[in-house]
Amino acid sequence: MGKIVAVTGNEACALALRQINPDVCAAYPITPATDLMQRFSGYVNDGKVDTELILVESEHSAMSACIGAAAAGGRVATATSSQGLALMWEMLYIAAGTRLPIVMPLVNRALSAPLNIHGDHSDGMGARDTGWIQLYSENAQEAYDNTIMAFRIAEHLDVRLPIMVCMDGFIVSHSIERVEYVDDADVKNFVGKFEAVHPLLDLENPKSYGPLILTDLYHEYKRAQHEVMTKVPAVIETVSAEFAKMTGREYNLFEKYRLEDAEIAIVVMSSAAGTTKDIIDQYREKGVKIGLLKPRMFRPFPFTEIAEALKHVKAIAVLDRADSFGGMGPLYSEIAACVMQMDSKPAVTNKIFGLGGRDYLPDQAEYVIDELIEIAKSGKVKTVKEYIGVRE
Amino acid sequence: MAKAIEIRWHGRGGQGTVTAAKVLADACLSGGGYVQAFPEYGPERAGAPIRAFNRISESVIRMYGPVLKPQVICIADATLMDAVNVSEGAPDDAIYLVNTSKEPKEIREKLKAKDSQKVFTVDASKIAIESFGRPMPNSSMLGAVCKATNVVTMDTMVENVVKSFGKKFAQKIIDGNTNATKRGFEEVKEG
Repeated sequence: MGKIVAVTGNEACALALRQINPDVCAAYPITPATDLMQRFSGYVNDGKVDTELILVESEHSAMSACIGAAAAGGRVATATSSQGLALMWEMLYIAAGTRLPIVMPLVNRALSAPLNIHGDHSDGMGARDTGWIQLYSENAQEAYDNTIMAFRIAEHLDVRLPIMVCMDGFIVSHSIERVEYVDDADVKNFVGKFEAVHPLLDLENPKSYGPLILTDLYHEYKRAQHEVMTKVPAVIETVSAEFAKMTGREYNLFEKYRLEDAEIAIVVMSSAAGTTKDIIDQYREKGVKIGLLKPRMFRPFPFTEIAEALKHVKAIAVLDRADSFGGMGPLYSEIAACVMQMDSKPAVTNKIFGLGGRDYLPDQAEYVIDELIEIAKSGKVKTVKEYIGVRE
Repeated sequence: MAKAIEIRWHGRGGQGTVTAAKVLADACLSGGGYVQAFPEYGPERAGAPIRAFNRISESVIRMYGPVLKPQVICIADATLMDAVNVSEGAPDDAIYLVNTSKEPKEIREKLKAKDSQKVFTVDASKIAIESFGRPMPNSSMLGAVCKATNVVTMDTMVENVVKSFGKKFAQKIIDGNTNATKRGFEEVKEG
């Protein structure tokens, strides 16, 4: 068993990066991810890692440098939040389209305007279509474990794609909690030696990255990107199973909590899932058959598996910590697509919660469950999309 | 150790209240429990009222967000009793611990504490000044927390004060803080 410590989510992820010892890391500080990279740069300064740390002038440059270093043949990592991710936007597509396995902890934070430094999923959801794999973590332990697994997933020869490991800004990144570390040697062994694929620095075999592809093959290229995404779930399952063997901590594409015999269900990601589980236990004691489904892998999204896991419930509430103004919450849209595959067609509602770090409190979960009980009885949904925990 | 306990700290920016919550988490972790420690993040100004929270449990902690019904309320600055509602959400069996030179009886009246609630006082700032020359009440408060709540043993707490302060300070300051922790434990009064 590894060392047990009381640390923040940022601290745990920085330690994971130290244990992995990437070749190159290019970063620019932004709250609440600053602390993660600051700690990692401390490891660089103290000679605990061999990483070449490139301090750049913006996140656009950070991702550009990561892309260059990854194409050159290095194992590469960075971290960011919010506006930082937004500034990386065009480079995110290039990292994915060029099939570069960059690992990036994303400490989820709201987007401006108005300026807000607290946690929500607006940044991650904005990068939904960039072609990056996205894992969402409930707590510091999951953020740490996911960071270690991320390298194996991204670098797998069936995948070779960049990956974001998300955790809730402040709520997880700055809370101190119990984390069980994996021993350095075990992490090193688990992650393995990095094998460069088509490195630019292999001067004997010159190659070109970033070609122009027009109407002749662009469409096929994009289909290939979708095809490779379909291979990701199997790789995540294999890597997670191996990780479970090493640590005893089990991870799947999504987590089911008291869902097997549930009549109603909540779908929610990240730290809010933890709070929701506590409230579910209270309702279970009263005999309410309520369960939870927490997606861990948001991109690619496991449609078939989630449809199978939810098909027996009568009503589902999907809680989004992000919004698409004038549209539906991003997680709701995915779950609605799952429901379309079911013969049973449970009722689905969408609750927008916790924007800009608004606390997700037990009474919000209670409100959602009470409403689900009513919907399951009547079969009627009054309001499909609703803001909860909102001041009127 | 208690099965599960939730603590709310009231302090002023710069008093080391957040550090106290962190050290308490460390101490309870080495006592074998699950822990959480986090402040409320806002504009960070010296002297402004701040709140920090601990959750300590024998089993895994999944709840996030502020502690709404704190079993223990630690008030590192007595003037906050006039500035913020320190009793908010306090259950009938709440424990108050206040840094003050006043007697517990007087504080009990000020807080309008119920008979079922316990009130402890400790002159944490005075102990701090005598121990290491600065009015930083956190280490003496931590000693008093041990006595008032039994959440962790005094020895474990002292070990963790040394561990935490040892990263930043000279031996003289560390010794002063361990002394303050011990004195906080010994001098806390219930009434």
